[in-house]
Amino acid sequence: MSAWTLVYAVLLYVAFVVLVGGVVYRVAIYAMTPAPLRIPTMPAPRTRTGVAMRMGREVALFASLFRGDKWAWIWSYLFHASLLLVLLQHLRYVFVPVPAWVVFESPFGSYAAFVLLISLVGLLGRRLMIARVRFVSAPSDYLMLGLLLLIAVTGAWMRFVGRVDIVGFKAFIEGVMALKLKPLPASPVIMVHVGSVVALMLIFPFSKLLHAPGVFFSPTRNQVDASRLEAQAEGAPQAADAERGPRTPAPAMREGVR
Amino acid sequence: MSDIEVPVLLDYVPTPELHPGAMAGLKPFKASPEHQAALGFPGTLVDDWQEVAIRRLGELVEGSRALRVYLDSCVKCGACTDKCHYFLGTGDPRNMPVARQDLLRKVYRRYYTWAGRLFPWLVGATDLTKEVLDDWYSYYHQCSQCRRCSVFCPFGIDTAEVSMAAREILDSVGEGQKYCNEILGKVHKVGNNLGLPEPALRNTLEGLEEDVKDATGVDVRFPVDVAGAEVLLITPSADFFAEPHIDGLIGYAKVFHQAGISWTLSSQASEAANFAMFIGNREQMQKVAMRIREAAIALKVKRIVVGECGHAWRVAYAFWSTLIGPFDFLDPRYPRPQHICEVTEGLIARGALKLDMSANDDKVVTFHDSCNVARATRMGDRPGGQFTVPRSVIRSVCAHYVDMDPSTIGDRTFCCGGGGGLLTDDLIELRVKGALPRMQALNAVVQEKKVTHMAAICAICKSQFTKVLPYYGLPREMVVSVHQLVGDAIVLGAKE
Ligand code: SF4
Ligand code: SF4
Repeated sequence: MSAWTLVYAVLLYVAFVVLVGGVVYRVAIYAMTPAPLRIPTMPAPRTRTGVAMRMGREVALFASLFRGDKWAWIWSYLFHASLLLVLLQHLRYVFVPVPAWVVFESPFGSYAAFVLLISLVGLLGRRLMIARVRFVSAPSDYLMLGLLLLIAVTGAWMRFVGRVDIVGFKAFIEGVMALKLKPLPASPVIMVHVGSVVALMLIFPFSKLLHAPGVFFSPTRNQVDASRLEAQAEGAPQAADAERGPRTPAPAMREGVR
Repeated sequence: MSDIEVPVLLDYVPTPELHPGAMAGLKPFKASPEHQAALGFPGTLVDDWQEVAIRRLGELVEGSRALRVYLDSCVKCGACTDKCHYFLGTGDPRNMPVARQDLLRKVYRRYYTWAGRLFPWLVGATDLTKEVLDDWYSYYHQCSQCRRCSVFCPFGIDTAEVSMAAREILDSVGEGQKYCNEILGKVHKVGNNLGLPEPALRNTLEGLEEDVKDATGVDVRFPVDVAGAEVLLITPSADFFAEPHIDGLIGYAKVFHQAGISWTLSSQASEAANFAMFIGNREQMQKVAMRIREAAIALKVKRIVVGECGHAWRVAYAFWSTLIGPFDFLDPRYPRPQHICEVTEGLIARGALKLDMSANDDKVVTFHDSCNVARATRMGDRPGGQFTVPRSVIRSVCAHYVDMDPSTIGDRTFCCGGGGGLLTDDLIELRVKGALPRMQALNAVVQEKKVTHMAAICAICKSQFTKVLPYYGLPREMVVSVHQLVGDAIVLGAKE
């Protein structure tokens, strides 16, 4: 067994521990940090269900970003969606035997690699070409895009261009997971691909990639608009508005006011 | 008025070219040692300021999930970069919300994250130097905490939270801002922002009673410290003397009078504003808010109603329950607290006010959504009531109403340019330039829809607009209180 096999196996273990441990630690800190004041961006939902739907729109559709910047939305939506498809496709290296739905998803996941590439180029182009975005970009912002590009290019190359020992690679991963090491195929492309994935996993809990768990903890998005209900003592009758007399509802949103 | 380069109004607000450092030199006056001491802050920059600032930053992050998540999560997507009125008006890239956050974030990363400790150059982390501290003072006093940026951020990152924290750090090292801290001192000492002592307040109100009597022939009262009144009205002290605020106060009084609701002001809590929010200091905010709870209990009122003031309504609506709640001593049949527009709208809906719209027939009115009301509070019982309730009130008293461009109202409203503790003459250049997006939208409806008046429900907005409208060639008399329109239309004494 080559030294590379050992190095990569150890790297994968370390990266896994750092990623999972780091994110769990960070999430625990978010959860434990107090959020005493109510600061939802209004208009905010008045119920927990409403908030769940608001979060759903943010996480699944990037609703706020859509309102904010259409091009940023297009590139980042394509990026995240294709990344998701590609990641699902990679489950074939994790599950033995490969479940039917992963087999079904596989072609989508494969071709999503091209969308992934295009969207990464789009994101990089935006960062380089728009002066406002360039102004707020640090070297790490470019580096992360570079790393993702490297991962996407090597991945797509292995899938569509060059031939690599995928069967051997799958055996290696199975070995890593079973704690029984099998040799890593001696392919530079595989090594670069896996190496950059490892790097990304290591960076994750220490960088802006924390936006992934962070979004769920954003008080402006996940708080219920219930301050006036909290203003009453427990068990007190619900605040009404006797001014209006018996139940004439307040005017609804009119057109043009959104 | 001369040495400020006033932006030209076009058909739209162009995204400006970047002018790095354009506004770096603009700093509001610093608080004097006495003003600092009155709030328990060091008088001048302390010797170990770097250490103190870094420690305070750590404490703030530990005490605020918002701050912690927001400092971690920004991906530099740029969606917020063209959303700030101060950036649109000045072109200084540090006035882009994300760049404003980064001033604090780069220090946070340097001292509180592994990446910043080990590879500062890679992640844009820097030491806290005197230059950085000076930048904080400049640019965190060029943010009106309007939260427009947070609407468009994919993670809801709220720059107002960041700038409040930065101002709290600046206070803790002795670099307070004169305008806010002096005013807070007056609230503690005299009871209101203007430092209007009780006798003067009573005098003013008696004068108002006479004015209304002269104008209408009706005895409309402006009561102070009347124990047992049903409503305690908490209103910004600008309502007692500034134009056009005072006409709003007359409007509230007429509403209460006509609806037969007994009400009172409090000399102890003769101020709705709570500038402690602007400086991000929770203890101060609680202390200022507590006067109101105490006054309400002492006067044995059943309801608290808040007058036309944007950030005060935010503190009341969103923060009072945490700071001074619960309000179990108030009548549960009414919202606790309640906005004056909710009161009026409810009375109108019930038919309890007789209104003569023709009183406002000479006006074509538009409405400015104040940032704190729009993005931090609600009125009525449906989401978005903060937009519909005041409009419904205006439409009930005024036949000619039009909205400004939809991208500048509702939750996308632009700040007046003077919010967040920036309503001071030493920042006039910023105030004029930051008003640009609102001025553009207003000018458009003035040209196309013949709008003559812009109504507002915030004392700061009203003062700011009266000051900056002339810079853009618009008459300052355009600005009116919503309750001025109401007051003018109410038919007094004609109760059914
Ligand atoms: S929109 Fe939010 S995530 Fe994007 S740059 Fe601005 S603050 Fe950062
Ligand atoms: S809160 Fe308002 S003033 Fe402050 S950065 Fe955001 S948009 Fe600008």
